[in-house]
Amino acid sequence: MIGSLDLTVLQQIWWLLVSVVGALFLFLTFVQGGQSLLWQVAKNDTEKALVINSLGRKWELTFTTLVLFGGALFAAFPKFYATSFGGAYWVWILILFTFIVQAVSYEYRKKPGNFFGAKTYEVFLLINGSVGILLIGAAVGTFFTGSNFILNDYNQVTWTSPLRGLEAAFSVFNLSLGLFLVFNARVLGAMYLINNIDFIGMPEFERRMRRACFINLLCALPFLLYVLVSLLIMKGYGVDENGVISLVAYKYLQNLLAMPYTLGLLLAGLVLVVWGVVLTGLKTGTRGIWFGGLGTVFVGLAVFFLAGYGNTAFYPSKVDLQSSLTIYNASSTHYTLTAMTYVAMVIPFVLAYIAYVWKLMDSKKLDINDISDEKAY
Amino acid sequence: MTAIDLTMVKWAQAQFALTAMYHWLFVPLTLGLSFIVAFMETIYVRTGDERWRAITKFWMTLFGINFAIGIATGIILEFEFGTNWSKYSWMVGDIFGAPLAIEGIVAFFLEATFFAVMFFGWDRVSKGFHLFSTWMVAVGSNLSALWILVANSWMQYPVGMNFNPDSARFEMQNFWEILSSPVVIAKFTHTTVSSFIVASLFVITVASWYLLKGRHVEMAKKSVIIASVFGLLSTGMTALTGDQSAVVNAETQPMKLASYEGLYKGTTNAGIVAIGLLNHDKEPGDNSDPFRFEIKIPGLLSLLAKHDTNAFIPGIEDLLWGNEEQNIMGVDAKMKRGQQAITDLAGYKEAVKNGSSDEAELYLTRFEVNQDYLGYGYLTKPEDVVPPVETTFYSFHIMVILAGFFLLVFLAFLYYSMKDNLEQKKLVLRAGLVSFFLAMIASQAGWIVAEVGRQPWIIQDMMPIHVGASNISAGSVQTTFFMFAITFTLLLLAEITIMVKQIKKGPRGE
Ligand code: HDD
Ligand code: HEM
Ligand code: HEM
Repeated sequence: MIGSLDLTVLQQIWWLLVSVVGALFLFLTFVQGGQSLLWQVAKNDTEKALVINSLGRKWELTFTTLVLFGGALFAAFPKFYATSFGGAYWVWILILFTFIVQAVSYEYRKKPGNFFGAKTYEVFLLINGSVGILLIGAAVGTFFTGSNFILNDYNQVTWTSPLRGLEAAFSVFNLSLGLFLVFNARVLGAMYLINNIDFIGMPEFERRMRRACFINLLCALPFLLYVLVSLLIMKGYGVDENGVISLVAYKYLQNLLAMPYTLGLLLAGLVLVVWGVVLTGLKTGTRGIWFGGLGTVFVGLAVFFLAGYGNTAFYPSKVDLQSSLTIYNASSTHYTLTAMTYVAMVIPFVLAYIAYVWKLMDSKKLDINDISDEKAY
Repeated sequence: MTAIDLTMVKWAQAQFALTAMYHWLFVPLTLGLSFIVAFMETIYVRTGDERWRAITKFWMTLFGINFAIGIATGIILEFEFGTNWSKYSWMVGDIFGAPLAIEGIVAFFLEATFFAVMFFGWDRVSKGFHLFSTWMVAVGSNLSALWILVANSWMQYPVGMNFNPDSARFEMQNFWEILSSPVVIAKFTHTTVSSFIVASLFVITVASWYLLKGRHVEMAKKSVIIASVFGLLSTGMTALTGDQSAVVNAETQPMKLASYEGLYKGTTNAGIVAIGLLNHDKEPGDNSDPFRFEIKIPGLLSLLAKHDTNAFIPGIEDLLWGNEEQNIMGVDAKMKRGQQAITDLAGYKEAVKNGSSDEAELYLTRFEVNQDYLGYGYLTKPEDVVPPVETTFYSFHIMVILAGFFLLVFLAFLYYSMKDNLEQKKLVLRAGLVSFFLAMIASQAGWIVAEVGRQPWIIQDMMPIHVGASNISAGSVQTTFFMFAITFTLLLLAEITIMVKQIKKGPRGE
């Protein structure tokens, strides 16, 4: 059945799947946001323990989503995987590094004999929550601003900047996207913690958390505004029928108008996030995370759709336009995409059991008893 | 093609070996301990005996400490194919990326989701669902082993694919063939069951320490029973699947087999060297004795590898220079054909570019004649195809000899557990105390056989390693090598001190 689909259809399906995984990752960065909030909202050991234990039940989901994002790109768009990881070497290595140190921090922070002391692991969590997300944002920014690479006849990459990807962090646009993601993650983190922790007897702690949610939205707004306005007026990398790539004025604005559902996703997403913040930051609701989370997924989808669909190069090269990658020239073959699409049919089941377990485990809020348990982080 | 920086290749290889071997310090324990914990919890749920609950929780804590660092070391490997081996990744992404993506979808999420229930769900979900979650963690981690080993096996034995001259890439033709190749079956079974040995010996080592110290005696003895039964079964299976691996090697990677057996001159009725000391100065073709000392069991290699004592097993020299009698082509000839294939491929590309389709057609038919030897065209001299003999030979023999030792350990522990006087057998307990460390050595040695034994190929016969590397400076790779070496070592030290503290603390409620 799937095997009879056109290659282009399969390529579009896989860009959709990659976008969904990427957008879900952005939602799940509430873990990183919570990590970077730790110092600000938790003033004593109990409060810290509550935050860490609450995040500690979810960090693996975020981590695994990142791994899957990499794996899915490798399988579906191997040319991107090879070009970007082999080219923008340092930016990826640094991102990975922040995730390596995160992975052990929850488990080891409070364990006796942990070698570095609890503080160090908390610093690891902070680095992951700030630098990690910032660089991911900068890397995603290059989907729009372009990178410095040339592909030869055999599609082998030569990177023309000695910074090997770190130069991405010196573009105002990329940096703004990164900072927006950092603050957005913090907004989400606060929403999640409000939803997950039982604040009975700790009104101060709750108040700080709700305030953080609101303040971080305010901090995110200027960066968001800059990114959105730039997107609307910037030139983009368009592809014509012959696969020739050229700079097109107002490319992303055109994409938005040509794909109204993307515009819809973007606007609905922003409204949802703001509504989540109103519920959490200004009122006393606990369900803001669901609105903020869904909103982030919508915005994420819109960003990936803008970059990949509508005859656009999603991984453009600034130095050699014709080396730019599109979802059509960077994908695997028809056979592989077909096989992988069959496999992808289990994704709904995976999402279903994750949702089921989440509900089961979080039906009772996290309280002081949970953090005195021997298993607690 | 761009010039290849061989220093960079060496550092990239070193980095892969470093990170993979670190990952492999933790993975076998995850694979086996997850099942051991599941057995223990099953007993608890069946009997309702609170002591089994305490035992389960104790081993679960150690499992968690190990699991975290296993994940930290895994993510590097996932992206290292892109960062250090980008040409490889582009050329085989269609085939190699798929199992990595599938691993994420079907295995890692299973682990990640149910791990949280297993750890934090004791008071939040029903007993039955908790037990189910513990089993799901075991299934999930072993499934992740399956998919990564599918990827690795394909590099050892590239089936189910075709080389596409237009894109100059390897493309998937048959997914099932890739999943069900004999190498996959041998590798997956051998790797998982040998990991069960590692985890069983971990339990035995910790329990031996308690028994020698006279602490937590009851809990230690109960744990030993589970571990020694599981370990004994796994040792049997490891020997069977290890033999199967050698049979498959004889078929698919005869040079690897010859190398880890130290077999230079092929022969019928080939024997196995049980214990041997290699002659360090031996070069292929110099007619000197490969061994300075050896104890040989005649006929056994032919019997094991081909199930026939009269079967001919080619040696390193036959594979290198060819053997007409046995119909083996020499590497020289293969190199010529490989070089011809490369020339014809370039001619084909040129012709396509110029739009002369007849000429292109001609080049293509000529290319197809020689395409199976493509990888040989990139070699500089025939001797390149001989892997480091000493490394593979000793690693292999260490692994196999240790398997015998483990068998004795499990038998002794089971026997004295049955007689209920294990505490008094100090010698047995001391052997138990060191056995986990030996298991780690055996397991690492296994990968050295598998990976060093296939040098110089990144894809057997198709692509030598230097062709797959990224275009980055040796300095960058060197820097990240030390970055990872230092970080992983520090994390390992943290893990060990935490482990030791937890073991000293012992289980709760005793
Ligand atoms: C999925 C594939 C895969 C898997 C599961 C492993 N390897 Fe590997 N290994 C490679 C894929 C690979 C590779 C990318 O193909 C390398 C890099 C260069 C090469 O020749 O093969 C390699 C090289 C390589 C080398 C360098 C050998 C040399 O050239 O001197 C060593 C020592 C190991 N590996 C060791 C291991 C260990 C201990 C593993 C256990 C976890 C392991 N590998 C798993
Ligand atoms: C180059 C090869 C490998 C890559 C790219 C790789 C990748 C990874 C990644 C990314 C993780 C973290 C997963 C998460 O997010 O939860 C991981 C963990 C794991 N890997 Fe690997 N891995 C490799 C080799 C192996 C091998 C050879 C095995 C087993 C035979 C294995 C078994 C596991 C298991 C059981 C885990 C669970 C975590 C743990 O053990 O602590 N891996 N691996
Ligand atoms: C009678 C005992 C054993 C035999 C005959 C045996 C045989 C083999 C062979 C032939 C290979 C190479 C397979 C290949 O390159 O494709 C191998 C690999 C390996 N062995 Fe063993 N082995 C034995 C015991 C053990 C033990 C005790 C352990 C660890 C506790 C172990 C762990 C491994 C591992 C991890 C690998 C690499 C994975 C693989 O290639 O399958 N083996 N073994």
